[in-house]
Amino acid sequence: MSEPEHAFGLRTRALHAGAPPDPATGARALPIHFSSSFVFDSTEHAAELFALRTYGNIYSRIGNPTVSAFEERIANLEGGLGAVAAASGLAAQLTAVLCSAQAGDHLVASASLYGGTVTQFTVTLKRMGIACTLVNGDDPQAFAAAMLPNTRLAFTETIGNPQGNVADIAAIAAVAHAHGVPLVVDNTLASPVLCRPLEHGADIVVHSATKFLCGHGTALGGAIVESGKFPWGAGKHPLLSQPSPGYHDMNFAETFGEYAFLMRARTEILRDTGACLSPMNAWLIMQGLETLPLRMRAHVENARIVAEFLAKREEVAWVKYAELEGSPYRALAKTYLSRGAGAVFTFGLRGGRAAGRAFIDNLTLWSHLANVGDAKSLVIHPASTTHQQLNDDELRACGVTPEMVRLSVGLEDPEDLLWDLDRALKRAADAPEEAPAPRCDISRRPVAAS
Amino acid sequence: MILHTVSERRELLARSKTVAMVGASANAVRPSYFVFSYLRTKGRLDVTPINPTLNAIDGVKAYPSLAAYAAERGAPDIVDVFRKPAEALQTTREAIAVGAKAIWFQYGVINEEAIALADAAGLDVIVDRCIKVESARFDGGLTIGGMNSGIISSRRASKFSPND
Repeated sequence: MSEPEHAFGLRTRALHAGAPPDPATGARALPIHFSSSFVFDSTEHAAELFALRTYGNIYSRIGNPTVSAFEERIANLEGGLGAVAAASGLAAQLTAVLCSAQAGDHLVASASLYGGTVTQFTVTLKRMGIACTLVNGDDPQAFAAAMLPNTRLAFTETIGNPQGNVADIAAIAAVAHAHGVPLVVDNTLASPVLCRPLEHGADIVVHSATKFLCGHGTALGGAIVESGKFPWGAGKHPLLSQPSPGYHDMNFAETFGEYAFLMRARTEILRDTGACLSPMNAWLIMQGLETLPLRMRAHVENARIVAEFLAKREEVAWVKYAELEGSPYRALAKTYLSRGAGAVFTFGLRGGRAAGRAFIDNLTLWSHLANVGDAKSLVIHPASTTHQQLNDDELRACGVTPEMVRLSVGLEDPEDLLWDLDRALKRAADAPEEAPAPRCDISRRPVAAS
Repeated sequence: MILHTVSERRELLARSKTVAMVGASANAVRPSYFVFSYLRTKGRLDVTPINPTLNAIDGVKAYPSLAAYAAERGAPDIVDVFRKPAEALQTTREAIAVGAKAIWFQYGVINEEAIALADAAGLDVIVDRCIKVESARFDGGLTIGGMNSGIISSRRASKFSPND
């Protein structure tokens, strides 16, 4: 009788999964394999590789040893069967969509997603013949009501960016499964430290690894992680259950069983879109992942301090942090985000658009930029930046109010973060109200940056 | 004994040399062909097809039955089963009769009677797993494919190098 299996903890796995010592050299740190291509042992070996009958590296667009180390690590942390990395979060979710849907098909997604995702789904995918219905992400029955016979997947974010809404993952997954489709969850703002959607019934997790996974605002990257539990061969996804002309009529579901989705995502979608992750970026993300559990804990500690500080300020009209008393998402956060409701949230200034602008202009420690999930604290005022073309009514229509400020709370000393916020709040309160922005065409879309 | 853990599977593969694959196919898109081809070209295991309708697969002689295999080659270390669950019981009886040390039921080949029979006969039993995937878990293949091998180790891999 052999010893019982030891279950390693998340901090250990964040350091080790996917990156044992390099078998060729013994290097303890992950080597960066800057090689476009990899030699075959023989013509027979090459044939086996191209037929997908054996594992190995061919060309870095399809797979690269440094990138696959990242893939295994994020798959391990999310508790998935495997992962496919991509050049960015948007490339990753496009890979997930194209692996399960084609022209003539349909998706159902929460309406309160990151704006870049909404644009990808409702503009770019629409041009490719894939329709998307946006529904109230807080209502699982709204997902059910939008399901069509040609619906291929449902999509939500664990924590909505920037609204901060927390998805009822298990309830939405149950609705999706009742309609024979998988639930895809963007887990970027929670990271697997705070929430592991696959444990709650989701089938696929997508990440912008650019954010907390990388954690230092350096490299762009993305990944999809799949559970291996969704029945792709059940008939609802002919791209996986019918012979594929993209791979000499192989039936992925029959040939690869639980690995069908990941194999097709890599060997057909990544192969043909070319949206692969650079090994340099994979390495930077792997450096970040080593400290992900420690960083997320510290991000959450600081976020709680900042949220509570802001909630008490009279210059502040509201704070949308799911852990705060009065948040409509408090119960869901207890269920899905018991280790913390993340470190990205919004608040509103009583002084409206002008106060928002003045607040930002008076900050000296918080970085004013369009990203989240950096070790450094970040801030943006959507009404004067990403959404500046819209007037107040138009802003409200897309869920962004003129007074709204988004924070991504970093790892600085919290006293310093509060010192900077305090000064800027006081100065913003003195700012004169400005005239409303001139009306412009609603069809002009805001710039989609994080 | 029914083997449940990763380390039990690793140890079984490490101590085994011969695999008799019942139901191996020569059809290049069948899962059993993928597994056969992988073990033949990549692994350190000596794999033989058991299929009465074939003479050979990729130059490897096929035997019509486990008995025919055992008569020439002796008892296999592992009988790998690619059969319908209902037919797995008969395969199990034959595996026990030829003295196989282990029986490996591939994905979906679940027959409780067969499992209990093999266990009672003292064979190591693996259920609803793929011998290719488990080999790849330990030889680095899953890692190369971006799959979660579950392996956490600071030992330099050598025992299960893909080029063994």
